Amino acid sequence: MLALDGVSKSFGGRLALSATSLAPRVGSTTVLLGPSGCGKSTLLRLMIGLITPNSGSVSFDGVPLSPGNIDETRHRIGYVIQDGGLFPHLSARRNVTLLAGYLGRDRSWVERRVVEVGSLAHFPADALDRFPSQLSGGERQRVALMRALMLDPEVLLLDEPLASLDAITRHDLQTELRQIFARLRKTVVLVTHDLHEAAWFGDEIIVMREGRIVQRGSVDDLLQRPADPFVAEFVRAQRADPRLVAM
Amino acid sequence: MNRARARRVASWFAALLLVSSGGAAQDKLVVGSKRFTESYILGEILVQAARTAAPAEHKQGMGNTGILFAALKSGSIDLYPDYTGTIARELLKTDASDLDSLNRGLAPLGLGVAVPLGFEDTYALAMLDSEAERLGVRAIGDLAAHPGLRIGLSHEFLNRSDGWPGLKRAYALPQAPRGLDHGLAYEALAARQIDVMDIYSTDAKIEKYGLRVLSDGRHFFPEYSAVLVYRLDVPRRFPAAWSALQKLSGRIDARAIVRMNAQAELEGKSFPAIAAAFLARTSVQDAGTPATFASLLFGPDFWRLTAQHLLLVFASLAAAAAVGIPLGIWAARTRAVAQPVLAAVGLIQTLPSLALLAFLIPMLGTIGVWPALVALFAYALLPIVRNTESGLSDIAPALRESAQALGLPAMARLRLVELPLAARSIVAGIKTSAVINVGTATIAAFIGAGGYGERIVTGLALNDNAMLLAGAAPAAALALLLHALFEGLDRAVIPRGLH
Repeated sequence: MLALDGVSKSFGGRLALSATSLAPRVGSTTVLLGPSGCGKSTLLRLMIGLITPNSGSVSFDGVPLSPGNIDETRHRIGYVIQDGGLFPHLSARRNVTLLAGYLGRDRSWVERRVVEVGSLAHFPADALDRFPSQLSGGERQRVALMRALMLDPEVLLLDEPLASLDAITRHDLQTELRQIFARLRKTVVLVTHDLHEAAWFGDEIIVMREGRIVQRGSVDDLLQRPADPFVAEFVRAQRADPRLVAM
Repeated sequence: MNRARARRVASWFAALLLVSSGGAAQDKLVVGSKRFTESYILGEILVQAARTAAPAEHKQGMGNTGILFAALKSGSIDLYPDYTGTIARELLKTDASDLDSLNRGLAPLGLGVAVPLGFEDTYALAMLDSEAERLGVRAIGDLAAHPGLRIGLSHEFLNRSDGWPGLKRAYALPQAPRGLDHGLAYEALAARQIDVMDIYSTDAKIEKYGLRVLSDGRHFFPEYSAVLVYRLDVPRRFPAAWSALQKLSGRIDARAIVRMNAQAELEGKSFPAIAAAFLARTSVQDAGTPATFASLLFGPDFWRLTAQHLLLVFASLAAAAAVGIPLGIWAARTRAVAQPVLAAVGLIQTLPSLALLAFLIPMLGTIGVWPALVALFAYALLPIVRNTESGLSDIAPALRESAQALGLPAMARLRLVELPLAARSIVAGIKTSAVINVGTATIAAFIGAGGYGERIVTGLALNDNAMLLAGAAPAAALALLLHALFEGLDRAVIPRGLH
């Protein structure tokens, strides 16, 4: 499915990602974990072609991404960012159906699909005609998820999707999101700086630091067998978080 | 236009100062003159002649008849050159313009007229000599036989009662003339944009443009003989200077004054030099009938001017939006063209409007609506281009990328996401252009494109503040109205989620 082969990226001479190869496991959730600036978002943005690599290649189903096939490929990938990235001039419904409408999908199919993703994301139907500014942060992320899932993509990319939510909403959404991932069995790549969130979602966790992958494995691997002092320190700092004591 | 207004304001202040310091000029003969070439020249001749006998001073170009008259009454000046017809109509409000009648009317004010200089300066109509010859037109009356002739008249002549309205009646002329700035009319005539124009009979450009002055067989135009208007105490206070001035009686004939006007206007010689040369060997009028502001404001021309003004504003605005929005999109998409494009449309904005019009007339080979529309279009571009560009550039990168990540192609992103998000800014740009255009469109009257500016131009030429205001007020009201209208458009065009 999605595969990165020797991909590197630098911005204005500063290396953001050194040559990295990665193929998220199909049907499971891969978490990119690390402090800000470690290159995890860059990796995600490379996957959906928002930025192009300086070297190496990104491919989908074995076909390298190119300007010619990028839009088509994006239709098979759902993408959710921190603040949802909802279009403020469109209602929740129009945000969700914008692409389907543009692609000329059958109107009744679109309506059915909105109901489906709405119930999946637990978004109240009577709020569909509200504008993003009239929704809470949690509701906005639910709409963003609906938009990402609308065309039933094979891959779901989420860039810190819960980072700007309050603790209670985040907790609720974490629970629901994991259920959704488990139910849909999609290939999910989720970016977070939060060890707890990584442990919660990740079938596989990839720890990154300064543009390179420093460890891949399960949460147990990280806790029991940190690959280097950085991982050990990162884990120790976050375990001090009272929420992790329960783990 | 602003410069002209500033000059007017300045001359009013000058007059006020003069009036308030009245009576102080005991030791010197003070000669005034109006603010046009011929008056400057005559003032200079009078002063130089008087200086042979007494100290004399020339207060040049003080303003219009009213100002000179006020200065004369208060004693700020002792005499100035004027025309019998002007004195009769504007100062004494009578039709009798012989010297005796004038003196009888002026005597109670302590003033008099004397020393007819020897020429008349009256309104006249002129055609290109070749064209007049071809059509066999010699007199104004001959025009009636050629209803197709295009007549371009200065706004002053077009509107004053002793101008076109009376002339049309007197000779039963069928043509419908257009208002046109006098300075531009010569070129328009030469380029055969118009066939007939109004001139002064001492006009410096008669020879230069090969004009034929049409004879006034019915004596419609009154006599405007150049004379001195003076304070009656001048002969007593400056006996020697007065007798020197009297020697000028009949000395300046029409040919002489036309030549001197030409020396000043066409050859750029200084007034003192021209006067000195004349004396070593050997003066145009002003103002109209004031009317009340209210009657002028909703005069019979109100709807015609409104329609013309709206046409100028909206036609140019529509064209500017049709060109400016794509240009703004291009600038926002392609960083490399943003600066050149914005600099270019910004540069247009800095061109003075009259200069731009003067430049466009030869380029388009016509006067009237077209150059005005092109100029207004050019001025309306900057706000639209700039606001489109900035509206698009200011869209949050996260939103731009969200549209990209969905897999929408560039054109669809522009149409469905970026333009709606920039709508507020774009509408604001169009609103700015509309309001600016309402103001700038008043300039169009200088080149005969009509609109409220016609009244402003007329008001300036006639020194008629009521007329000026009757043009400026509806323009201002229209600007406010448009502003309110665009507030409504805001609500209609800008997506609900952005309010």
